[in-house]
Amino acid sequence: MTETDDHRCDVARCVDTTRADAPLRHMVTVLDTQESFACRSDESLLAGMVRLGKRGIPVGCRGGGCGVCRIEVVRGDYVRHKMSAAHVDATDLSNHRVLACRIVPAGDLEIRVLGRMAQHVCAPPATDSAG
Amino acid sequence: MALRGVLRAGEVAIRVMDMKAARQHYGDRMGLHEMMTDDTGRVYYKAWDEHDHHSIVLREADSPGMDYFAFKVFDDATLTTLEQKLEAFGLQVERIEAGVYPKSGRRIQFVLPSGHTMQLYAHKEQVGNTLGLVNPGVVPDEGVIRGFRINRLDHLLLGGGHLDENVRLFTEVFDFDLGEKLVDHESGASLAVFLSCSTKPHDIAFVLQPQQNKFHHVSFLLESAHDVIKAADMIGKYRIPVDVGPNRHGVTRGATIYFFDPSGNRNEVFAEGYVHYPDTPTLVWDTRELGQATFSQDNTPRESFLTVLT
Repeated sequence: MTETDDHRCDVARCVDTTRADAPLRHMVTVLDTQESFACRSDESLLAGMVRLGKRGIPVGCRGGGCGVCRIEVVRGDYVRHKMSAAHVDATDLSNHRVLACRIVPAGDLEIRVLGRMAQHVCAPPATDSAG
Repeated sequence: MALRGVLRAGEVAIRVMDMKAARQHYGDRMGLHEMMTDDTGRVYYKAWDEHDHHSIVLREADSPGMDYFAFKVFDDATLTTLEQKLEAFGLQVERIEAGVYPKSGRRIQFVLPSGHTMQLYAHKEQVGNTLGLVNPGVVPDEGVIRGFRINRLDHLLLGGGHLDENVRLFTEVFDFDLGEKLVDHESGASLAVFLSCSTKPHDIAFVLQPQQNKFHHVSFLLESAHDVIKAADMIGKYRIPVDVGPNRHGVTRGATIYFFDPSGNRNEVFAEGYVHYPDTPTLVWDTRELGQATFSQDNTPRESFLTVLT
């Protein structure tokens, strides 16, 4: 795998995205909570994360524009698509602080949640019980 | 005044991060008509029933959002008058020569109290809506109305501070009416203001945000609420990210669906709503009815709708 700090490059850590075989399933571990979820190699990390079932996962524009789904990839390879320089600068990119809606796992990942994402993901499980 | 001052929102310049994806969205999916690409790579669109050459300008950049928006005014004398009124209001006005903006006459430009760059112009090349001007008929050829079946640019909602100053500018200088406003029930502070220069419920609106110069959405007019549902079918088919599915606003009574372009800029398709006149009293909503004010069919406010901007 290759890495690049060029934030204008579509593919951050290079993988072949053109192959025709079925999407792979990668395990993503949220280090803050030690929860894991499966994310397909053809969907965004955010889409996989929504299946965690936590309430209030901040799903914003899903186009890398609004900045509500910031995370840090601590370990693992991913494909990165364009995201707003207003929310993710070159330093962020080189430290793998990215928007979950615009990265796709290319292997198992370990991540930390940041900002508004952290407020929700790290919150205690919601319950519907009265009281 | 029978619509002889500021006429309408005539141009919105949107930043996108991937022009190829943006062209698929605004052209192929939404069905706007691509009119030209200029020598800086900006791409220009119009909706079918607009006579002017373009109303949407896309520029590729490293962050999404809005560069500027422009209202068309009735004639050049109006521009001259408004320039004087703007300066008397206390804003610095920049003059832009005819032709600097393609197909456009001279413009004046200034920054609103909310941080947004606004322009006014009186002339833009008119290309028509394909029907002609004599015995035009009513329906264009097949394929002219397409995609989300957008008739025209309708309005925009922008985020920033100093909403009451914006209201004062738009009402005192531009002769808009404050059609509706949403206020905090406890403090009475303005949270969102909806301004009309026409018989539409709003032509521009501002929502209170912690940052200046934010872009909430640009809205396009459809012919009917049924067309909003048909647009929603296309949005689902092509997996376009939806912010709020088909609903009706309390404010404006417009039928709506909100979705995002591939760079995260929010778009709306919109239909119906009531008729506004200059003597229509201002309608006030407060935070006790935030759900109904925003989405009146389920009376449920959406956090993303209130906090996600570019």
